[in-house]
Amino acid sequence: MTWAESFLATLKENDVRLVTYVPDNVLTPLIKGASADNYFISVGTTREDEAIGMVAGAWMGGMRGCVMMQTSGFGTLPNALASLVVPYGIPAILIVSERGTLGEFNIGQVLVSRTMRPTLDAIAMTHHTLADEEAMPFVVDRAIKQAVATQSPVALILSPLLTGGKVFKC
Amino acid sequence: MATTASELTNRSVQVFNRAELTKKLVAKLKRGEAVVGGIGNTNFDLYGAGHRPENFYMLGSMGLAVPIALGVAIAQPQRGVIALEGDGSILMSLGCLSTVAQLKPRNLTIIIIDNGMYQITGKQPTTTRSTADIVEIARASGIENSSWIRDEAHFDALIDRSFADGGPFLLAAKIDDQPGFAKMVRDPALIRNRFMKGLGTGRGGALDE
Repeated sequence: MTWAESFLATLKENDVRLVTYVPDNVLTPLIKGASADNYFISVGTTREDEAIGMVAGAWMGGMRGCVMMQTSGFGTLPNALASLVVPYGIPAILIVSERGTLGEFNIGQVLVSRTMRPTLDAIAMTHHTLADEEAMPFVVDRAIKQAVATQSPVALILSPLLTGGKVFKC
Repeated sequence: MATTASELTNRSVQVFNRAELTKKLVAKLKRGEAVVGGIGNTNFDLYGAGHRPENFYMLGSMGLAVPIALGVAIAQPQRGVIALEGDGSILMSLGCLSTVAQLKPRNLTIIIIDNGMYQITGKQPTTTRSTADIVEIARASGIENSSWIRDEAHFDALIDRSFADGGPFLLAAKIDDQPGFAKMVRDPALIRNRFMKGLGTGRGGALDE
């Protein structure tokens, strides 16, 4: 099983049906896998905060959901996180492909990546950086269970150590 | 107050009052329809029209009322879902209209209440005052069933149709410059709990009565 197949299997085991995303190269196997599987409802949105809104609405309607995005996409979210999913206690599952590190070629990604964890910490949002393929299903499984039980959102950051990342040969 | 709004738009439509229009809408909701109210006076007047267990009041996250409503509509396809949103808010998230058009949720109705201004921050004008036409934007985004509300009879007909036929629908009303007056309770955990209870997705414990 590839890391992406294992990841999707863990989402499925935890009844996470709604998969929203603004795509990224690294997320492609997750997005493709979710789109190919009738269990999931896959929705590409026009912006990451739109996806956060959808997952919040779906949760309150009884359906678990996740938002897949690139690191730069996370940069569009602080308001939606701080004024919707955190205070309303919505266990939104953010899946962020980590750019800006380990071979990044775009300095903008490096800079926005530096804002990500401090932002999450500032609003007391739990986050895990997934770097080890073997531990990943355990972390994802427990992170989702904790999010639901504590009614809190969580961010799962996919390190290039897990995914290979995106690199520009120079 | 049936004045024409020809100075705001080249369509002749009645200028409604938000509170009155919201009350008219709520009076027509008979089947537990979920209503997601956008920030500001939108949700003040929703609350003022009489709180319903299926109402959600958004306190921050400007622009996300339609996406939230879309999420509810996907999770509960058997339930009618209404997004109530102002012009300033929807202008922030125009992309979501094309997402709605692409997903084609039959149970979603979007109602845009357009006063051409950011009411709550001091009535600064939005672009719908001068150049933007939300209905045209919605049609161009792919929501074929998009209409300006001409008058009260037209409103009744549009709402009845949105309940009977498949959506998504977008209705837009020009409204006057009156603010909302009801005092909303700004308690997100309480709002979430009550909304989920109203949608049948709450925890159902003794503390959630």
